Amino acid sequence: MLNDTTREQIENDIKSEDVVLYMKGTPVFPQCGFSAAVVGVLTHLGVPFRGINVLEDDGIREGIKTFSDWPTIPQLYVKGEFVGGCDIVREMYETGELTEMFQTRGVDAKPGA
Amino acid sequence: MAMQASEIEALIKDAFPDAKIIIEDLRGDGDHYACQVVSSAFAGKSRVQQHQMVYKALGGRMGGELHALALQTSAPDA
Repeated sequence: MLNDTTREQIENDIKSEDVVLYMKGTPVFPQCGFSAAVVGVLTHLGVPFRGINVLEDDGIREGIKTFSDWPTIPQLYVKGEFVGGCDIVREMYETGELTEMFQTRGVDAKPGA
Repeated sequence: MAMQASEIEALIKDAFPDAKIIIEDLRGDGDHYACQVVSSAFAGKSRVQQHQMVYKALGGRMGGELHALALQTSAPDA
């Protein structure tokens, strides 16, 4: 379920920074392999991002899945737009599409693989 | 809570009758699978949309009964 307060909080959070990652744990201490994988990709590309630890708030943890119609965590947002979960971020990273997407959306990123 | 590979395959096949499906049980625990799905239904769809289509086919089990599904989707080469 996604109540208005949670929706509003999410809408503010995803615009709070260019790149926002809903994850389990924190960028320094990821608590899930998939979350850690996305943190690794962003760090490797030198992209600053805000990590939001869904383990700290069940309302956000479930609400974000309804918000994006995506059933799992992590979830990556760039300029307020949902990009994907671990699989898609990794696939885009390997094809170079991730760096390209960051650059076209005005986010500095080093070339990837 | 776990799922059989055959169960996943059947659900996906139901939704995408023409699909070529490869499923790999990554850890042998019925909870962590890798899955490749090739179907003409994905043509012209973004990756996010393609994966959402597969998650719908799994009827809400993704993230619950099925903890991890490393998904790769594509349309057949034209």
